[in-house]
Amino acid sequence: MALKEILNEARSRWMDGQGTDSDIVISSRIRVARNLTNLPFPHLLNQEQAERVIYAVKAAVEKRSLKEKIGVLELTRLNELTPVERQILVEKHLISPDLLEDYQKKAVVLRDDEVISIMINEEDHLRIQCLLPGLQLKEAWELIDRLDDELEAALDYAFDERLGYLTACPTNVGTGLRASVMLHLPGLVLVKQIKNVLSAVAKLGLTVRGLYGEGTEASGNLFQVSNQVTLGLTEEDIITNLLSVTRQLIAQERSARAALLKESREQLEDRVGRAYGLLKHSRLMSSEEAMRLFSDLRLGIDMGLIKKIPSSLVNELIVLTRPAFLMKTLGKDLTPFERDVYRSQLIRKKLSAAQQM
Amino acid sequence: MECERCHERPATVHLTEIINNQKRTMRLCEQCAREVQAESLGFLPQMNLHSFLASLLHNEFGAPAFGQAVVPERARCSACGITEAQFAKRGLLGCADCYHNFGDRLEPVLRRIHGTNRHTGKVPRRTGGKVRVASQIERLKAKLREAISREEFEQAAQLRDKIRELEKQL
Ligand SMILES: [Zn+2]
Ligand SMILES: [Zn+2]
Repeated sequence: MALKEILNEARSRWMDGQGTDSDIVISSRIRVARNLTNLPFPHLLNQEQAERVIYAVKAAVEKRSLKEKIGVLELTRLNELTPVERQILVEKHLISPDLLEDYQKKAVVLRDDEVISIMINEEDHLRIQCLLPGLQLKEAWELIDRLDDELEAALDYAFDERLGYLTACPTNVGTGLRASVMLHLPGLVLVKQIKNVLSAVAKLGLTVRGLYGEGTEASGNLFQVSNQVTLGLTEEDIITNLLSVTRQLIAQERSARAALLKESREQLEDRVGRAYGLLKHSRLMSSEEAMRLFSDLRLGIDMGLIKKIPSSLVNELIVLTRPAFLMKTLGKDLTPFERDVYRSQLIRKKLSAAQQM
Repeated sequence: MECERCHERPATVHLTEIINNQKRTMRLCEQCAREVQAESLGFLPQMNLHSFLASLLHNEFGAPAFGQAVVPERARCSACGITEAQFAKRGLLGCADCYHNFGDRLEPVLRRIHGTNRHTGKVPRRTGGKVRVASQIERLKAKLREAISREEFEQAAQLRDKIRELEKQL
């Protein structure tokens, strides 16, 4: 599958709802930062030096042993894509918004299942990323570790015995590794325990990030937990630590959901039913409202209150209804009002198709 | 009111970001709100780490060293030419050699961020060579100490043999 097909398809491997505990852990991500010796870090690269990094990585991913062990990786320069296509890669979480700045100097490498991506000349020369559905941090690290070995066979990494892998920002030096999980925690939000739980997590050297819209509830009840320290711990230590905290959070979320079902079943069913009704019958749907309703819908699916909709469809809808993807689907620029119209249409169509299956 | 991120378009969206229970409200234009949301859904708190780092660097690098009136001229990486002041401003070093050239000034910063200044993780296969073997030996020695403390002498003997074997490669 070529990159153009990736851009046309809303689904990615990370959304397929597979993997352990995928009712709570949406995805697991590992990324490592690597730089080449003898070239300044990306923010100081001129065009010619930036090309050298891109060519070196291109040659490395085209080596036969890499293809055999990891699969076919396709390199695309960002200036080969339209602005909407670039935005879609962000909406699908395959590249960071930072890669869009000064994009003449940048490139992305993707495996066709979108599990592996490498950003070239972002903050570091290489940002190697693996994104898997559910709780699969160890699996993601194993894959990154192998890919990293294959790349290192062809690339001279900036590495120091004492400090480890050298990165543009000292907050990444050492392992260069950032591991994170995306968690859906509506139960803890509803029983009003989320603040306590998350502040406990923050004390364990992890970063918790949630984004709240207007009002008090997190938009989509999604939280990202990641490691803060990259130096002085082994990769395995970092991952084990995040894994054990994540397991704790899963257990807490499950007991919150069980308590809700036991003590406030009617309120819960009402909430889920209303979300489903709004999604099925609205004619104007803002992106923020959609995120909130998707969270309730997903909770209903995961708790068995809604039967016919698979949770992978919710993941797909989240990407499908984001602004750039809508514009790509319709093949034209849309005003915010038009987007709200098309967003609601699309949601209605997808939900009724799923019901009839 | 203008958007506080791009300072170009009018702010129409209020987003509250929660990082480690610290609330921060942002007044953003629609496009920036979308970008911030995409960042938070898929990407790590780089911006936040950078601002945390900036305040650290302001203390370590922004001010002249204790007992000195001004930042000395040598405060420039001989390989890439970046100055300490430039580093303090953006939080980004210019090249791999900066770590060596700013070494003594960077040390306390690394300790404050990571609590240590010593890498114990992966070592590259091809270029790591002896370092890789040395770190493997370190790990085995830690295991050996554990085995001895648990009085598992058979395992300890095996570990000791492995360590000797590896030490020959150094
Ligand atoms: Zn803006
Ligand atoms: Zn330098």
